[in-house]
Amino acid sequence: MWQYIAKRLLLMIPTLIGAAILVFFLLRLIPGDVCELRLAGSGLYVDPAEIELCRNNLGLNDPILWQFLSFITGLFTFNFGESMFTGRPITYEIGLRFELSLQVAIMATVTATVIAIPLGTISAVKQNTWIDYVVRIFSIAGIAIPSFWLGIMIILGLLIFTQAWFGTAWMPPIDYVPIWEDPMRNLSQLIWPAVATGYRYSAVATRMTRSTLLEVLREDYVRTARAKGLLEKLIINRHALKNALLPVITIIGIEFAFLMGGLVVTEQVFNLNGLGKLFVESVLNQDFSMTQALVMIVVIVFVFTNFVIDVMYAWLDPRIRYS
Amino acid sequence: MSKLLEIDNLHTQFFTSAGTVRAVDGISYDVEEGETVAIVGESGCGKSVSALSILRLIPNPPGRIVQGSISFMGKDLATLSDEEMRKVRGREIAMVFQEPMTSLNPVLTIGLQITETLQQHLGIDREEADKRAIDLLGKVGMSDPERRLKQYPHHLSGGMRQRVMIALALSCEPKLIIADEPTTALDVTIQAQILELMKNLTRELGVALIIITHNLGVVARYADRVNVMYAGKIIESGTAEDIYHRPRHPYTLALLKSVPRMDQPRKAKLDPVDGQPPDLTKLDDGCSFRPRCGFAIDKCNASIPNLESVSDGHISACFEKDKLTQALEASS
Repeated sequence: MWQYIAKRLLLMIPTLIGAAILVFFLLRLIPGDVCELRLAGSGLYVDPAEIELCRNNLGLNDPILWQFLSFITGLFTFNFGESMFTGRPITYEIGLRFELSLQVAIMATVTATVIAIPLGTISAVKQNTWIDYVVRIFSIAGIAIPSFWLGIMIILGLLIFTQAWFGTAWMPPIDYVPIWEDPMRNLSQLIWPAVATGYRYSAVATRMTRSTLLEVLREDYVRTARAKGLLEKLIINRHALKNALLPVITIIGIEFAFLMGGLVVTEQVFNLNGLGKLFVESVLNQDFSMTQALVMIVVIVFVFTNFVIDVMYAWLDPRIRYS
Repeated sequence: MSKLLEIDNLHTQFFTSAGTVRAVDGISYDVEEGETVAIVGESGCGKSVSALSILRLIPNPPGRIVQGSISFMGKDLATLSDEEMRKVRGREIAMVFQEPMTSLNPVLTIGLQITETLQQHLGIDREEADKRAIDLLGKVGMSDPERRLKQYPHHLSGGMRQRVMIALALSCEPKLIIADEPTTALDVTIQAQILELMKNLTRELGVALIIITHNLGVVARYADRVNVMYAGKIIESGTAEDIYHRPRHPYTLALLKSVPRMDQPRKAKLDPVDGQPPDLTKLDDGCSFRPRCGFAIDKCNASIPNLESVSDGHISACFEKDKLTQALEASS
């Protein structure tokens, strides 16, 4: 088992290096220039010499391999430098938002998992009964409804219903406070985006749980478990679910990693200052150093999540553990 | 000896989009305590379904037992509640399946898969169950049983897994074991070992055995009684001796002829049963074997022959069973 974990950990290194190479060179293929945007973005005339000076300061005129090397060494020392656009340290800019995005992603994942696995299980066990139909409608709706639209509906709903029931309209707070400073305020802000994204997420996971469990329930070993006279509860929880959960874990992991950097529109709806928004801004501003750092952060999250999935696979399935 | 299991007029049907499949179409037979009964027939003749019906393991939908009674030690299994039925499964009637490669759960240890059954039915604690499991694995001839407890199915070969399945079946000391083609998926050398093991253990422990097979060699060596099935019905039943030497149904005769024989020249062609088994959704009022039968007469188109006694304990469902005797005598 330890050998397996070590192997997985070592495999992360080439993936990260590959991603670094790709993002660095691809970004430099995009036409446009951060200095022009910074100085002449508002349409004023700017002396070309000044732009040149700015490029020199940012190191954009250095040989490309030299730039690449300094990016890589920065990566290894976890020093991403300053944002080319705002000039503030990148670790500071990202740090502000990482916390928020991570919290939303974790809350959405917990919401989704807590809903999806029991619902998917019930749906599979009671296949083709009314309860299965209800679950299927619930999950199809979740896949069909975009989370930003659901987000808008949640905000509107909150406003309308609090107005109707309590006399004053209540809206979630729009400024972020870390959870350890004011948990109530923090949660009352972040629970809504977590629900809005968690719903779609749980819908995907519910359908996955249902379909893999249905498959597993037809396996010979489930029939053996029945023939042994085990309690139905034990057959589902011990014999079937343990086999059915493997693909569900993959889905949950990939969605989690996606939430870390991909919540652009939902963040906009709830006015959250998260990684997704920073991402879009940095690309629009041609802020190479920021985009690179963000991509690397997301890649690290993806790779790490995959590592956790792999370890869970091995934990659930002995055939992987020993091969 | 007394009757352990009495199956009476059992009908199991599958309701599919292609029509109603009459997989088991009114079979009746008895199993006495400690007896070994073989059920023989081609693929798709309802052997497995009849066995799964006893334990009520037919997937529903699409399948259902529509008629008949399964009387086991005085209670009718067909009318038990699900919970009562669960207590019979594994405890009083155990099952060994055809595919040892897929019949054990790949993510659970061998030990757990045996002890959970013991704990479920006998209410013993973990330690006690472990001890019994080690004992059982030793009994089915596995070396180093203590280590096996912690192993997973993929560590074991097919034959070993089938031994585990047998240990599992024996674990709660059932009265009856149903073995559904227990050796079909195994190498020939292993087949003999497994059959020998089952024979010895069932004899030693006084367990009755229903063995489902299409291998007539198995029948000859291990069965006390043989039921030959065709198209969901039992068409001949008797002692192994009767069936082998005095078959009274053309289908049984054809089956026996199709077995390769060591005393024939090596180049001799096999003599298969011509034609295909009938579509079980489209059974008519005539004998279902008549399209493949060399003895068919007009009467076979109009009505289904009943099982009638030909000698003590030997029954056959054929209008021409007496002619068959003459034909056999003429040929020998």
